[in-house]
Amino acid sequence: MSMDSLITVENLYRYYGELCAVHDLCFEVKRGEVLGFLGPNGAGKSTTMRIIGGNLAPSAGRVLINGIDILDRPTLAKAELGYLPESPPLYRDLTVDEYLAYCARINCIPRAQMRAAIDSARERCGLTEVGRRLIANLSKGFQQRVGIAQAIIHSPSVVLLDEPTVGLDPIQIREIRSLIREVANEHSVVLSTHILPEVQSVCDRVQIINRGRLVLNESIKQMRDKLQATTLLIALRNAPSMAELETVDGVASVEAVDGGRLRIAYVPDNDPSDRLVEQAVANGWGLYELTPERMTLEQVFVDITSSDAHGDVESAGDEAA
Amino acid sequence: MIFAIAGRELRSLFLSPLAWSILAVVQLILAYMYLAQIDLFMQLAPRLPTLPAAPGITEIIAVPLLGNAAMILLLVVPLITMRLISDERRNQTLSLLLAAPISMTSIVVGKFVGVMSFLLIMLLMILLMPLALLLGGSLDFGVLAAATLGLFLLLASFAAVGLFMSSLTAQPTIAAISSFGVLLLLWILDWAGNNAAADAGPGNDVLAYLSILRHYEALLKGVFNSADVIYYLLFITLFLVLSIRRLDAERTQY
Repeated sequence: MSMDSLITVENLYRYYGELCAVHDLCFEVKRGEVLGFLGPNGAGKSTTMRIIGGNLAPSAGRVLINGIDILDRPTLAKAELGYLPESPPLYRDLTVDEYLAYCARINCIPRAQMRAAIDSARERCGLTEVGRRLIANLSKGFQQRVGIAQAIIHSPSVVLLDEPTVGLDPIQIREIRSLIREVANEHSVVLSTHILPEVQSVCDRVQIINRGRLVLNESIKQMRDKLQATTLLIALRNAPSMAELETVDGVASVEAVDGGRLRIAYVPDNDPSDRLVEQAVANGWGLYELTPERMTLEQVFVDITSSDAHGDVESAGDEAA
Repeated sequence: MIFAIAGRELRSLFLSPLAWSILAVVQLILAYMYLAQIDLFMQLAPRLPTLPAAPGITEIIAVPLLGNAAMILLLVVPLITMRLISDERRNQTLSLLLAAPISMTSIVVGKFVGVMSFLLIMLLMILLMPLALLLGGSLDFGVLAAATLGLFLLLASFAAVGLFMSSLTAQPTIAAISSFGVLLLLWILDWAGNNAAADAGPGNDVLAYLSILRHYEALLKGVFNSADVIYYLLFITLFLVLSIRRLDAERTQY
């Protein structure tokens, strides 16, 4: 384990009776990293977050926060941790200021620094205007911000956010996302979500979990490379036979799609675009469109999670590891 | 930490109308009983000097008042304690406490201290009534102090049971009715002992000894027996430890 990994999860299991919600999960989160934790509903995201957040004990395995075992020395480990659960834990009958003061006190912030901690959390989450209002009277977006303010008030090194943008309108979602990016400047963030663009826009690394197992763990950069698909979409005025196209070096298969276009799948690292253009000119195929097809994260997600449904779990898990 | 939790608990109590109405209702009923006792004393007053070892106003007014207060608070304390943990669980604010760097013991003790501060306010308001007698007479402060201590310990025991019951469920009403049930049962355990006084076996003695009321009665008479005080302290500790264990178990089983 390197000194710089703030969260280390080792062989985590969690059973709810017979149901295995989390199965042999291992991963690390480095300092300053934003980890996107993706998965369909019921995949075990929230369970994992609750375990890391110290709200749930694992059936087996270890969780280290900054090298401190959360089961052995919970108070020390939790001091390094800010956690926003799925539904923000707000006392609706307190004002924002009172609530944050309470959070500051239960997070053991010394009295001398309390004022400053509250002010900075309030400012960072854009709550300065609503400090004296009752939490119950705030809109959902503001309540979510109060939840985030609560999680960062004691400047923890790790912030866990469980579906922070669920149920918000598009403008609020953008605001919360920029807030998350802002938080990530100083803290490591684990963000659980099932909204894919969120991951693409905010995270440094993606983990996809399905049925309690980790099926993908890649940096966004690797992910981008992976998203460089291995298909081209071409349109030809005088299309030759498919067999003739398949003879072009690098082309693996040709498939007709609607609109008279052809989808050409090619061997990775052997892009036939140049040769296709040359051939088209030489043979007068009348090429008027050539587009590299880009896979979206959504496709990767659907591919991975649906292939698992057919019992392909082990191989996908091994690939990820 | 403990005081932060206790402070918020007390604050939430007073932010809802529940605490205010409970204080008002209890005060009203006890004031009526207090006046009835004063009436009784006025009737007895002419004959008292003729009696050997005649009871004073403390015995005739203050002690029955505190005795009745115990009975009324048996009904009322579960209503105050019912929301302690069940409400946090229901509103999912418990995760805030569980994710904070504080031990389960601090959480439970904090909640207990919070509710005890409320009960202490109530106790002081009740005490104002017998103390008002000082305007026209003198009190036996020894008896009054013992009885007050007894009521305080009794209330703390009620609160500990209520806290534990609240930690078991997410429904405040269930917490209230079950703590009321447990308290009433502990109260009337005594009856089995009393009725069978003639052929008192060891079982009945044990039941009578366990009764929460029995130990209060001694203190009400002004008899300060350390065994009674220790009984209450053990009782309170037992239920607080059970609550801590219950919250710890919350993490391991869903």
